[in-house]
Amino acid sequence: MAVVQQTARPEGRSSSSFWTVARRDSLAGFLFIAPQLIGITLFVLIPLCLVFWYSLHEWNVLANTFTYTGLANYQMLLEDTSLPSVLGATAIFSAGLVIFNLSLALLLAVLLNQKLAGITIFRTLFFSPVVVSLVAWTIVWGFLLQKNGGINGVLLVFGIDGPNWLREPVTAMISVIVVQVFKNVGLNMILFLAALQGVPNELYEAARIDGAPRFKQFRRITLPLISPTILLTSIITIVGSLQVFAQIAVLTQGGPGLTTTVLVYYLYQQAFQFHFFGYGSTLSIMLFVIVAVLTFAQWQMRKRIVFYES
Amino acid sequence: MKAELSPRRQVFLYGLLCILLIPFVFPTWWMVTSSVKPISDIFAFPPQLLPESYDWTTYSKVFELQPFVKQYWNSAYIAALVTIGTMVVSSMAGYAFARIKFPFANAIFMVVLLGLLIPSEVTIVPLFQMFLKAGMVNTHWPLILVPIFGAPSVFATFVMRQFFIALPVELEEAARVDGLGRFKIFRKIALPLARPALASVAIFTFLHSWNLYLEPIVFLSSADKFTLPQALTQYTDAYGGPMWNIQLAAATLTALPVLIVFIIAQKQFVEGLAHTGLKG
Repeated sequence: MAVVQQTARPEGRSSSSFWTVARRDSLAGFLFIAPQLIGITLFVLIPLCLVFWYSLHEWNVLANTFTYTGLANYQMLLEDTSLPSVLGATAIFSAGLVIFNLSLALLLAVLLNQKLAGITIFRTLFFSPVVVSLVAWTIVWGFLLQKNGGINGVLLVFGIDGPNWLREPVTAMISVIVVQVFKNVGLNMILFLAALQGVPNELYEAARIDGAPRFKQFRRITLPLISPTILLTSIITIVGSLQVFAQIAVLTQGGPGLTTTVLVYYLYQQAFQFHFFGYGSTLSIMLFVIVAVLTFAQWQMRKRIVFYES
Repeated sequence: MKAELSPRRQVFLYGLLCILLIPFVFPTWWMVTSSVKPISDIFAFPPQLLPESYDWTTYSKVFELQPFVKQYWNSAYIAALVTIGTMVVSSMAGYAFARIKFPFANAIFMVVLLGLLIPSEVTIVPLFQMFLKAGMVNTHWPLILVPIFGAPSVFATFVMRQFFIALPVELEEAARVDGLGRFKIFRKIALPLARPALASVAIFTFLHSWNLYLEPIVFLSSADKFTLPQALTQYTDAYGGPMWNIQLAAATLTALPVLIVFIIAQKQFVEGLAHTGLKG
């Protein structure tokens, strides 16, 4: 910039005015965003095109062949007998996670919103799993959920013979959901708490004068007023649930059978354990479409469901 | 709702909170205490809330069985680089999108936001192939470059942009009248004011990098390159079964430092993460 200015100066005012404030700002703007823009191009846009390109090919790593097969991989999606259970497991996992996460987060937020001495200590403790290393958290839960582990030990004290949590279909799914919810529910709890504190107190006072019971106050005042936060947290949680990988890999390896093999885990197996990079890419495209459709749908719902937007 | 509660309700509320707290606090307690139990006591019945006898050799075995110091260092330096790099990249981009008028700014912002919509799992196959061609598989480069410049930093950029938009513009305009250049305004005026947002970005970026699991197991293959989350699962016996007390000792060493920093700076953490709405 300085060089251009110096060479331009001798020719008089008219040409040095090339570097107007607006032009300098444009240059500065581009320089400021350059690292991010180059990064997005290199690590998001190009890979996104590549993953689509790969999905149209049969890729044999051992023979080192890469042949165009058109939509054959997409045909394979339809014929893959494992895929219905994978999608089923993904749907159950995501739905269970979102419902359990949001209701627990809301419950905790309402409880923590009470006037009570030492309430911030509770807030800190409920939040603490968020900062515990994910795999460490998963390992200790895996330990607790063993057939002879801590949870069954406690149950046995009460005379209950607990199941082998991670080895039976229904309890394995419940376990991976619950472990994930306790890890991260603190984040949604804090978001709800902030939203609850934003609800004007006068509304409750008015309702109390009118004699509305507490539950009705919650349904008619609290819920509508915090609906933007509910929408935001549900989008974040659903998209996050589709990315859950480490917990499944450490706790159940997708088992027993395929009961906890969610889409991301299946994608990982196909691409990096069986080296079906073409089919793995097709599954990636599917994951992308699912995330995009869900995000779009929830964003549309905003108009219908969200009562009030700040 | 914020009315003073009757003593009876208070007791009820404390009781309820304490019960609800069990699954949040007990696992960490169980991790720390079980890590010093001898292997014979680890599945003892009834469960020992406090170890009845101690076996500290679990901690020395953590370091004997794997290059744990090296792995700790790997995780720490990668997380530090990613955190600093993301703060630089996202504050610059966020500032530009919030303050500077330049052609196609909105279109470019939309393209960048695409990074929020695309989970990194979608692009893991082509990224692996790209880094394979570049000879960077089994190095730490993918774990450093992709988070700083790729999709994970987009969220940070978004947070920084929102912060700068909410910041009053008068100070910067006065500096402009005084003839300060854009970069100096950013560096000397805007950035110091953005400390709270930068702190949030630092916290969630650090946690994200510290917890990364899929990327390390895809990109790294030799034990001295491993990061902590990956290393924790490697303490297994000859049959592939986990050596529980050693795994828990390694897990404790991984989790406790962050937990202690959190307890010291809990206000920063909670508010920092709440303001941004980190994805879970």
